Amino acid sequence: MQKRIKEKALELLNTGVVDRVLGWKIGEFFYDLTPAVFETAEEVEENFVYSGFSGANLSKYLIAQSRAGGKVAVFLKPCDSYSFQQLLKEHRILRENVYVVGISCDGMLDIEKIRAAGCDGVIAVKENVDSLEVETLYDKKTLNRNDCLLERCLVCKSKKVVVFDEMIGENGEEQETARFEMVAKLEAMSPEDRFEFWRGELSRCIRCNACRNVCPACSCEKCVFDNDKSGLRNKAAADDFEENLFHLIRAFHVAGRCTDCGECSRVCPQNIPLHLLNRKYIKDINELYGEYQAGADMETKSPLTNFTFEDCEPSIIHERGGV
Amino acid sequence: MQRIGVFVCWCGSNIAATVDVEKVSQVLAQEPGVVFSTNYQYMCSQAGQEMIQQSIKEYGLTGVVVCSCSPRMHETTFRKTCEKAGINPHMVEIANIREQCSWIHKDKEVGTEKAIILGRAAIAKVHLNTPLTAGTSPVVKRALVIGGGIAGIQTALDIADAGFEVDIVEKQPTIGGKMTQIDKTFPTLDCAACILTPKMVDAAQNEKIHIYSYSEVESVKGFVGNFNVTIKKKARYVDEVKCTGCGLCTEKCPQKKVPNLFNLGLDNRRAIYIPFAQAVPKVATIDADYCTMLKSGKCGVCSKVCTAGAINYQQKDEFFEQQYGAIVVATGFNPIKLDKYDEFAYSQSPDVVTSLEFERLMNAAGPTGGTLLRPSDGEHPHTIVFVQCVGSRCDDEKGKPYCSKICCMYTAKHAMLCREKYPDTDVYVFYIDVRTPGKNFDEFYRRAVEEYGVHYIKGMVGKVVPQDGKLKVQASDLLGNRQLHIDADMVVLAAAIEPDETARPLATKLTASMDTNDFFTEAHPKLRPVESPTAGIFLSGACQGPKDIPETVAQASAAAAKVIGLLCKDNLTCNPCTAEPNELMCNGCSSCEKVCPYGAITYVDKEFRGPNRTTLIRRVAQVNPAVCQGCGACTVACPSGAMDLKGFSNQQIMAEVDAICR
Repeated sequence: MQKRIKEKALELLNTGVVDRVLGWKIGEFFYDLTPAVFETAEEVEENFVYSGFSGANLSKYLIAQSRAGGKVAVFLKPCDSYSFQQLLKEHRILRENVYVVGISCDGMLDIEKIRAAGCDGVIAVKENVDSLEVETLYDKKTLNRNDCLLERCLVCKSKKVVVFDEMIGENGEEQETARFEMVAKLEAMSPEDRFEFWRGELSRCIRCNACRNVCPACSCEKCVFDNDKSGLRNKAAADDFEENLFHLIRAFHVAGRCTDCGECSRVCPQNIPLHLLNRKYIKDINELYGEYQAGADMETKSPLTNFTFEDCEPSIIHERGGV
Repeated sequence: MQRIGVFVCWCGSNIAATVDVEKVSQVLAQEPGVVFSTNYQYMCSQAGQEMIQQSIKEYGLTGVVVCSCSPRMHETTFRKTCEKAGINPHMVEIANIREQCSWIHKDKEVGTEKAIILGRAAIAKVHLNTPLTAGTSPVVKRALVIGGGIAGIQTALDIADAGFEVDIVEKQPTIGGKMTQIDKTFPTLDCAACILTPKMVDAAQNEKIHIYSYSEVESVKGFVGNFNVTIKKKARYVDEVKCTGCGLCTEKCPQKKVPNLFNLGLDNRRAIYIPFAQAVPKVATIDADYCTMLKSGKCGVCSKVCTAGAINYQQKDEFFEQQYGAIVVATGFNPIKLDKYDEFAYSQSPDVVTSLEFERLMNAAGPTGGTLLRPSDGEHPHTIVFVQCVGSRCDDEKGKPYCSKICCMYTAKHAMLCREKYPDTDVYVFYIDVRTPGKNFDEFYRRAVEEYGVHYIKGMVGKVVPQDGKLKVQASDLLGNRQLHIDADMVVLAAAIEPDETARPLATKLTASMDTNDFFTEAHPKLRPVESPTAGIFLSGACQGPKDIPETVAQASAAAAKVIGLLCKDNLTCNPCTAEPNELMCNGCSSCEKVCPYGAITYVDKEFRGPNRTTLIRRVAQVNPAVCQGCGACTVACPSGAMDLKGFSNQQIMAEVDAICR
């Protein structure tokens, strides 16, 4: 797979189908793969990497890349393709300037989980179908691959690349998983316990804005937190209240557009399970307005910006168990 | 920096009794930007207005805050006042310290504190106010009346009389509504059909009136002066133009077992039918639920006998669009379903009927040809028990909390007619109260008791049990303090009335508000009783609340007068508080376009200057201010905060909130 993807990148550049390729290269560490634009075959040869650590969702970069002149190729995993299509739906990406290579995916790796399995000083990871051979400064270990997947991959909603020009690997199907299990658990808590849970998580926030920067739905021309006129520019959370509210409001902001790609939680340096906020809203939307998956297609109207006569009025929301 | 004047109104004692107006004006005088602050007994009076104008000139005010009643009362007054003194009317803000403060507080200290806070919020907003200028939009000189009962007919006739085009949309195959089913009308006992059918014919013959029978409103877009309505003409499988209304098909149709809804199911009709002899339009309609041809493709008798060739089994629902300046709702009422009232044995015995069914049993065009006969055995009833308030004035979930208003009078009418036509019948009326406010109403009721010997008994019927061909009625006589057992032949239930079931979805389409009982709400319960709070939507008849015929007709004409007033104008002044996108922040995502109920938002590709002398094309939203109604839906749908409402910008609202929280 890794080889085929790199070859495809080379082929697309060499045959002149595209002018640039959007992919991943090694960052600070080998597991720290970072999105990168490749303009020449040489660059690809040298730096292009696809591995279990290519979790980064490349869709958001296409807002700028599809407007940067010429044509750009991008590799999209199934979950990334939902973000891509959602952005297409919002007219954010110029589709005609993008060549989408869909890639099938068996789940992405979580370096934290590898470390937690007792692997300190990881210097290399060899991926097999079911196992990982982890080489550390001290020894070698074999881990079960499934135990080292990102949380979002354990409850993967879909193996289907929803939009592509060509596929590498077999395209899969949407799947039923228990991704709302934790949300349901939180809902079942008493308000006090739930508040405690979230205080415990959100109090760690350092307002680095990584979640905002990575989120494909959080892609305003001018973010309110970067806008001089908003009075909120570069504002750090002054107290507990603001600490809580920043994330709640951010989740509201992307509600109905969030595809549950899970990037927010992946990039959070403080390991705050931010995806749970988004999933709560997704679950609510599903329950109150009927099943809806942002980015699944180009046609279905988002329940939050669409009006139907069956829409919930506040009293009905209450009757259906909402609060 | 604005130069703001604050004017605190006492509203006599309405405000001054629970708010220390002197303190409010003193404290608000300390707010930044306030250069003048005062209080006065009646700010809306001539003297009060002159005081404001004087101060504007004297202190060079650029903004005005009036702390008074709700802006719905006097905002226009004060805006005009200030405009005359030379400042833009949108530089005026009202702090509602009456409805939202003095009227809801008892403690003067608390009331004063809140009044100051509300004043502060208004001052904070004025600081960010900018002068706004209103445009105009043209008025489509055509009205739509939804519902073709007596209310709709009267409204349409009056509007047409003023020279405007009117369309009536009626869901039934004929106009006429409930009144067609009524036998006689109180308090004069004239025949309902005799006074209604001439009006139906008038409507049909009027060149300005277009009747769309068997049709429904599918969707409504637009706004006052310029509604765009999609009307669905349901397939009646008969060509309305070709059909002569001869009725031959309705006699030959072999499907005879169709409950006749016009007679409330008391007899049967054919699958192809004309509801009644004076139907307008007199055109047959095929009931698709019963027609064998439509269900199985075998029959076609009506098509064979129709000499006009009007039958068309292939007919489909048709949709068409029409523009209107005003819309009148006249959707009327229905008696409630009585399935929750098993104690009266309505579902167990055919001899227990509702009052409307009783009308049909008394009517010459009804199932019994006008002779009162028991539905069970066709015998003449000798003892009839009327039960009032069935489902009206109920404090439980079964019924309605309100008084249905018409039942006392029609029950008196029924009782009287029974005694007059059949003097050998004993007639009992059980009531909680007899309510007869209306011209000649009490006299009418007293005649029933005094001249016609109807037994009026204060008390409720507890139970009706069908037994041995009789209806055993158990009731209490509250004045006589005794239990009564009556063997009745018939029991007539005065079922509560409720708005038609189409009213709720229609209200949603019209964005017109309703109360908890699904009656349409009026713009003001006393002063604007025939207008909906939604501009351009008017209310006629029982859709707004229970009404008898004279009241309905009065309201219908009142609604027509309001419509005529609107259609007379060539242009309406637009609301200057329209949405405005900040193109630099717009993502071009179309969220606003999707939520805009008026279709005021479009997108354009526009060239912008990029960094380093480059240009880039961006997709950005544009608002047509002539179409925008300032509802603000787009401002909340916009993910990037690019959309703002002039006069109610996010910044202004946040400034108000900040001022309140300070």
